Amino acid sequence: MGINSPLTQNLMPNKTFFWFFLPTGLAMILFIGLPIISTGIQSFYAQHDQVVKEVKKCDPFGCTVSIVVDNEETTKLREEKPLGKFNGFGTYVDRNHLAIDEIKKFWNETENFGAFVDQVTNLPFYKALIFTLTYCLFVTPNVLLLGFIIALSLNAVARKIRGPLIFGTILPMIVTPLVGSLVLFWMIDSQGIIGANIQNLMNDPYLSLKSSKTLTWITIIIYGIWHHSPFAFVVFYAALQTVPQEPVEAAIIDGASRFQRIKHIVLPHIYPVVTFVALISLMDNFRVFEPIIGFSAEGSAQSLSWLIYDNLVNEEVILFGSAAATSMMTIVGIAILLAPVLIRTWKEFKTAR
Amino acid sequence: MRKILVTLLFLLFGTSAFADCNIKSGSINILANDFPALRTFVETSKQCKGSADFKVTHSSEHNKIAVPALTANPSEFSARIAANSSIVPLMNQDLIRPLDDLVKKYGKGIQDSQLITIDGKVMAVAFMANTQHLYYREDVLKDLGIAVPKTYEEVVAASEKIRASGKMQYPYAAAYKAGWNLAEEFVNMFIGHGGEFFKSGSAQPNINNAKGVATLNMLKKLSELSNPDYLTHDSEAIKVEWESGNVALMTLWASRSGTLLDDEGDPNITKATKLSGPATVGGGNIPAATLWWDGFTLAKNRSDADAEATFRALAHAASNKKMVADAADQAVWLVEGFVPTPKSIGVIEAVKMGAKPYPMLPQMGLMHGALGSEIVEFLQGKESAEQALKDVEAAYISKAKEQGFL
Repeated sequence: MGINSPLTQNLMPNKTFFWFFLPTGLAMILFIGLPIISTGIQSFYAQHDQVVKEVKKCDPFGCTVSIVVDNEETTKLREEKPLGKFNGFGTYVDRNHLAIDEIKKFWNETENFGAFVDQVTNLPFYKALIFTLTYCLFVTPNVLLLGFIIALSLNAVARKIRGPLIFGTILPMIVTPLVGSLVLFWMIDSQGIIGANIQNLMNDPYLSLKSSKTLTWITIIIYGIWHHSPFAFVVFYAALQTVPQEPVEAAIIDGASRFQRIKHIVLPHIYPVVTFVALISLMDNFRVFEPIIGFSAEGSAQSLSWLIYDNLVNEEVILFGSAAATSMMTIVGIAILLAPVLIRTWKEFKTAR
Repeated sequence: MRKILVTLLFLLFGTSAFADCNIKSGSINILANDFPALRTFVETSKQCKGSADFKVTHSSEHNKIAVPALTANPSEFSARIAANSSIVPLMNQDLIRPLDDLVKKYGKGIQDSQLITIDGKVMAVAFMANTQHLYYREDVLKDLGIAVPKTYEEVVAASEKIRASGKMQYPYAAAYKAGWNLAEEFVNMFIGHGGEFFKSGSAQPNINNAKGVATLNMLKKLSELSNPDYLTHDSEAIKVEWESGNVALMTLWASRSGTLLDDEGDPNITKATKLSGPATVGGGNIPAATLWWDGFTLAKNRSDADAEATFRALAHAASNKKMVADAADQAVWLVEGFVPTPKSIGVIEAVKMGAKPYPMLPQMGLMHGALGSEIVEFLQGKESAEQALKDVEAAYISKAKEQGFL
């Protein structure tokens, strides 16, 4: 054995690790790191002041005098400073993002806290943030719970039928998110199978799942749970296969109930995997986007990712600065959300050493 | 064998003689919206492509592709079929070229009224006009003894009567999908009330006033008479509603009348579908509608040879008497030789009534975007009209500051 302790023998030497990691690392820098830096830089710039001039415009309906952008002047400005006008955190604090000035104003002007909250949640960024967080908070735990229950149940059924059952269970994940949400969208239409039945059930012909904000949110959250559970299930199911059988058998002999076995043996064993799934789910859910498009829910539910999309494609003028600022804040948001889990993992890692 | 060859030669020379445009080289790539009239237009221009390469992208997402695709150098597309609103971002970014020389050289059949000139330079060649106007079900209105509505107040009254009669639960429809469509309805109604979007001579918003409130209240009244899912309905969705017989009064694009009145669907509904001009609102005398033109523009970042080939092909269609005669039902063509049909009544009435064109201002796109998302909560009954208008102005101001307009 020599001087190497068994522990260090199992670890990869740093040099080997470096060469293994190099291709991945380079790809990450190129495709993730640099774009993030570029986005960050872009978020600090705004467009140059527009130079406009009055001109005569004629079309089939007549002539008018109105303004156009003076392209010669603008080209000169652009050539001098191709990035635009430096704006610092200007975009971050404007009304469409953190809205610092507006919030101060609301705080001074509103009489009670409720009115203040109403005003703040009416701002686009906070509106989107609240939906995004609500979605995360409802979807993530339910995905973990449902995934775990499905994994446990499937683990208990006869091996023969397990294959087809597993396939059926992961189907929601295989279906493209947009298609999945569109199918549900048509089902909840006021003339679709779910929508029409709910109207009958509630005896309210004006009830529409799509026009009510609350019901739209609930629909999207249910869709999110349906779509993400298979991922949790697959990982949990794999983890369940590694649970050692001896302690379980011992527990059975000791008279432990099924619930007690799961609580005291299975859960502690697969705990790291739960953390992993929770992390990935949180990250995924914080970027919720497809269902909003699929359900045409822009009116009732906006997420941070949707705001970025809106700035980039829904405007006839592309708002790069706005989109970049929201992107950066989304990254910060994910970091804040993940911080508790990451800190905990880091502590455990240190104590394990 | 010889016969086939002769036929082929005949076809080859036959078409080029007919098309009269013998294009020898260059490549043509067109970006256009997707509706029947534009397909006809592009197909017609293809007839005269000669030996040039010819590609076309028809997409309802054309607005999202246009600026990035034309910014590239060389540009992906050599031509973009644009409209009053979508030419603005191209102008703002200096992405399209003046057409004066090409018009002089190859634009014989194009009428002067088709030329879109900005600051004395021809920037686009229009070939059709469009607007949103009223469609009504003659049978339903007759049964209940309702006169064809001329104002939105009458539309509301008529719809309420139809609902009360139990014939239809949601008798009115318009494209109120949150975003661009909903904002377009606001623009129409606001112009109908005589509103101006900006304080004169500046980019400062001017919608938070009595006219804005009246506009929102009218939109809300109409939305209450529409299918409760109205915030998810675009032009295509309300067309389907109409064809299912759920709707008796509708505001829809003139360019959609072709597919609405085709042979597909229930013949009784198609037979009873009638068109009238756009409605006025609030006692105003100009219609609550905007006039639109569709025309072609040429990319700046593309070789002169490609631009020339593209112009010749498109000019062939934009001056084609045969096309406008064959497809007279599909659009109101601005091309010489067009004879209006019953389906063009919407646009012709709108022009007669003095409808205004959609404002072709550099900052209008930002206002349109802000309207599309900020008035939703008012329609849902979650905030007051004044608050919604205040939000629109605030959202617009932030965006306009970022873009350097304020």
